Amino acid sequence: MTAATISGVIPLPYRVAGRREDTADTVTLELDRDGEGLPEFGPGQFAMLTAYGIGEVPISVSGSRGTRLIHTIRAVGAVTRALCATRSGDVIGVRGPFGTRWDVGAAAGHDVLVVAGGIGLAPLRPVVECLLADRRAYGHVAVLIGARRPGELLYPGDLRRWAAHVRVDVIVDRAEPGWRGRVGLVTGLIPAAGVDAGRAVAYVCGPEVMMRATARALVDRGVQAERVWLSLERAMRCGAGWCGHCQLGPLLICRDGPVVGYPVAEPLLTVREL
Amino acid sequence: MRTAESAQLIDVTGLEVLFGVLHERGYTIVGPTVRDGTVTMAELDSATQLPWGWSADTGPGHYRLRQRADGAGFAHCAGPQSVKNFLHPPRARLWSTDRTADGIIATGPEPPTKRYALVGVHPCDVAALAVLDRVLAHGEHPDPVYTARRDGVLVVTAECTEPGATCFCASMGTGPAATGGYDLALTELVDGGHRFLIRPGSPAGADLLARLPTRPASPVDVAAADTAVERAAVTMPRRMPDGSLPELIAANRESPHWADVASRCLTCGNCTMACPTCFCVSTTDVTDLTGEHTERWRQWDSCFSVDFSYVHGGPVRASGASRYRQWISHKLGTWHEQFGMSGCVGCGRCIAWCPAGIDITREAAALAAPTPAGEPS
Repeated sequence: MTAATISGVIPLPYRVAGRREDTADTVTLELDRDGEGLPEFGPGQFAMLTAYGIGEVPISVSGSRGTRLIHTIRAVGAVTRALCATRSGDVIGVRGPFGTRWDVGAAAGHDVLVVAGGIGLAPLRPVVECLLADRRAYGHVAVLIGARRPGELLYPGDLRRWAAHVRVDVIVDRAEPGWRGRVGLVTGLIPAAGVDAGRAVAYVCGPEVMMRATARALVDRGVQAERVWLSLERAMRCGAGWCGHCQLGPLLICRDGPVVGYPVAEPLLTVREL
Repeated sequence: MRTAESAQLIDVTGLEVLFGVLHERGYTIVGPTVRDGTVTMAELDSATQLPWGWSADTGPGHYRLRQRADGAGFAHCAGPQSVKNFLHPPRARLWSTDRTADGIIATGPEPPTKRYALVGVHPCDVAALAVLDRVLAHGEHPDPVYTARRDGVLVVTAECTEPGATCFCASMGTGPAATGGYDLALTELVDGGHRFLIRPGSPAGADLLARLPTRPASPVDVAAADTAVERAAVTMPRRMPDGSLPELIAANRESPHWADVASRCLTCGNCTMACPTCFCVSTTDVTDLTGEHTERWRQWDSCFSVDFSYVHGGPVRASGASRYRQWISHKLGTWHEQFGMSGCVGCGRCIAWCPAGIDITREAAALAAPTPAGEPS
């Protein structure tokens, strides 16, 4: 059995080196590996994170710094609750990198729309950082963010930093006292984003219903469907293409996704319970 | 090919010699045998354990053993199990870890203790093996449990001369003749003396054959074998509809027929357990009481379970109709896009072992049938 085979199956222990509570149910973990780590994760790819003795979940990479991995995790089940409850110094297991990447390079010379709903901002964070790292390679860049409530907005510090270089618009489903921003759906931010639809590339991640509506709105405004990219989610047990759980029609999301072009995703997302 | 120049014969005692040579070489022999009212796959010590004189009558939701007078050993159609049970076991430990002073120490899957020789496997199941190879061994991340068990497996196929009523391998191009994927191929002949045409399909098979008490086959023997296998193909009662099954499936994602199947389907998952290519698994993590020792086990799962598609918020496929659609669409359609081949080999197990008697060939035919005039589509 080759080492590569084993590394696809056995989680490598990583140490929680940093932990930040983003919202009431969402935590960002910075993970360090003592010794040889996993291959570098590209934007959009995901890891299988193991809370030892509890289980394993797929979580997109929301950043990396050298060999350090950054994951933003929302506590929605037993495993994510256990991962969110880790403290600095705790050890969790990591497998990966799995899946397809956001092809940020393809947006060079284009206007760029980054549209996020809720925790969907986490997998898009590396996209924005890539854009900022080579800001002059791109045209107008707009980051459009929808959150359920102002208190659930991720990465406020990052948003302020990004806003110095790109347009950042935020909208919430429900306002709270003190909220003076916009209220509504993230699609409502598209008309004023200031991008030239004919030369725009879009990266979209959020709940499936939000991605359907966003992609359709973008195409309706003149963005070419081939330039709209979505990150899809399905159940996953292996990440490696042999557990069968993450099928969406012809796609194995762990292998052919999570980042999928809209022309491929569109006919699949419109079929109920596919 | 059953060509005259390479054709040789062994008789029933020659099969016992084959068992002896395989044991001598360290193989654990897995083959068909009669157990629990079925012909099932099991570890065999002797060729006498093969299902001599047994056939099976099958139909939708029906399987009964039937004794036969000619003493044939391989005249049975697919039983409830396939070689999947041995190479892709229903339950396997993927790893275990222990938390020590030096950190977390992990151990991978246990290396297999046995090297299997699969004897008497019909061509449909040899084709199923190729499907499992493609899915579990030839992707970017090979499955270590399967590959460790699959490496070094020896396959002795028995061509099919007596298909069951649920068989449709001829229309799937996977049988009844053996066309590849084997080390040795047998064709059983019972008229004019019980004997087997035998031919090698690999150097390992040729090496084995050299150790067996063979005699040259006559043109009459070869012709008899050809006739027996051809007859199996033309008398096979079931078939898939003509045309491209992937296109048929893709065009029918929203067919009202799914609701019709769902009214009969119990979503029990029997078809997926009996299927020789259904590979889906789930994992379960367990600990001891200290929490210092953790293990990840994986077990077969079925797309018919509600939990199968669970993501935060609920299952993607809650209705029975969507789960049956997933199964048959994957098997006949999207498997091609995912793995470049069909997920169905036409063994008919899913038909025989469905408690509701749902017949995959009939459901496919219903999808392919033009909507009767006057009825809303």
